[in-house]
Amino acid sequence: MSAPAVSEPSHVALNEVIRHYEGPPAIHALGPINLVIRGGEFFSIVGPSGCGKSTLLDVLSGLVRPTGGSVQFEGKELHGEVPDGIGVVFQEDSSMPWLSVRQNVGFGLRTSGLAKAEITERVDHAVSFMGLNQFADHYPAQLSGGMRQRVCIARTLVLRPRLILLDEPFGALDQQTRLLMGDELLRLWRETGATVLLITHALDEAAMLSDRVGVMSARPGRFIDMVETGWPRERDSRIVSDPQFGALTARLWSSLREESLKTMGRAA
Amino acid sequence: MTRRRAVLCVRVAVLAALVILLELCCRTGIIDPLTVIAPSDMVASMVDLIGSGELNESIASTFSTIALAFVLAIGLGTLAGALIHRSPRLRDVSDPLLASYYSVPTFIFYPLLVALLGLGKPPLVVLGVLSAAPAVMISTLSGLDSVSSVLIKMARGHRLNRARTLWWIVLPAALPRLFTGFKLALSYALIGVIAGEFILSGTGLGYAISFAYQSFDNRAMYGVMLFVMLVAVTANGILYVWEGRLARRRSAR
Repeated sequence: MSAPAVSEPSHVALNEVIRHYEGPPAIHALGPINLVIRGGEFFSIVGPSGCGKSTLLDVLSGLVRPTGGSVQFEGKELHGEVPDGIGVVFQEDSSMPWLSVRQNVGFGLRTSGLAKAEITERVDHAVSFMGLNQFADHYPAQLSGGMRQRVCIARTLVLRPRLILLDEPFGALDQQTRLLMGDELLRLWRETGATVLLITHALDEAAMLSDRVGVMSARPGRFIDMVETGWPRERDSRIVSDPQFGALTARLWSSLREESLKTMGRAA
Repeated sequence: MTRRRAVLCVRVAVLAALVILLELCCRTGIIDPLTVIAPSDMVASMVDLIGSGELNESIASTFSTIALAFVLAIGLGTLAGALIHRSPRLRDVSDPLLASYYSVPTFIFYPLLVALLGLGKPPLVVLGVLSAAPAVMISTLSGLDSVSSVLIKMARGHRLNRARTLWWIVLPAALPRLFTGFKLALSYALIGVIAGEFILSGTGLGYAISFAYQSFDNRAMYGVMLFVMLVAVTANGILYVWEGRLARRRSAR
């Protein structure tokens, strides 16, 4: 067993990570990237669309091997497989329509070998933590998009991940729902003590939620700015009225504006 | 629910009206009994035939052949569909072939099948499989296409092995489309087998219809026809209800 995650200074480390996609046409999607995420940190990544954010997440989770460089999680190098302790929440709805909410949430524990009572307890806890109690026996088709994404987060939560990766999980939701989901994410982060990595295209979301925000360049994605927010650990969406919030969002935008223009030009 | 019930009532009413119309036409002599007998006579004939037990052998033979063809078509069709799905090149080759398959009347190969396999069950099973398996292949392909890639990613995120990914994710995700294929396969297997018996066989319900037809026994012919129709509709109805039950969870009510 490795040491407990939270006390570890470097929870995830990327060293000269590069990712190419073989063509045609061959694409240099990412890197080189050097990044250390501290244990228990809330780290967000913003960047123009198509900059390789999702690729970075795939590499970080172990779903995809980097073309060059290495990724370390809790001191061990990843080898093309998602290690125990990492939970991923995807951008698209990944709830299973043939399972009820409760079955969806408990899905990852089917192979865990845990006792039935323990599984039930964890599922119940995750379901109520995400405010899904009333809907536990509903099917995803009966839920709104925001509710389904909660189901997916709860499904990750039951595995008690030490690192939670979220790929634009609120991208498809309306602004109010997003702010509230942001609050829930903060609460989850505080209560689980997990390290959180959030990929988002919403600058305000990054500024509000994170301890630190990495700004990525247009493709091939690289970090061009690193912003410490300095928020206290106890925080919620009300900090959007803090003057510091405006300043942070402005700083992120000034770093990103040039890069976004580049991608616009490329798309045109 | 009331709407569904209303639709059901209208549907039953339309069918009943048609049957009653036919009955009236036959009873009043507008339709010659040498052409069509009255529906009530069909039912009486069917009851007599089933009750007498003279059809027992044909019933057993035909439905066991259909069942065998159906099961084989599902097994082979799913397997072939899955293999084609894995290879994009094979897919490119086979897509247009599958799409145009049902424009070929497979029955015309029946004499060839008899020459190769002899009379009896084997050529009928082959005919049933030939007409049913491609439908299963097509629906397997579209079912596998419908499995969203994020679910596969999710399975990898949960470190599921291939068998579990298939059993827990791919199969249930593809099931609605697979079911369409199963329903078609049942109909096609039934049509293939009974038509085969009709053309060139010495046993089975298809043969019984053909035999009655050739001996001008209208009463027996319509009795067996009604029986075949009722069984076909019931079997499809069972699949339909089962499918509906699975689908209802997946759609918001």
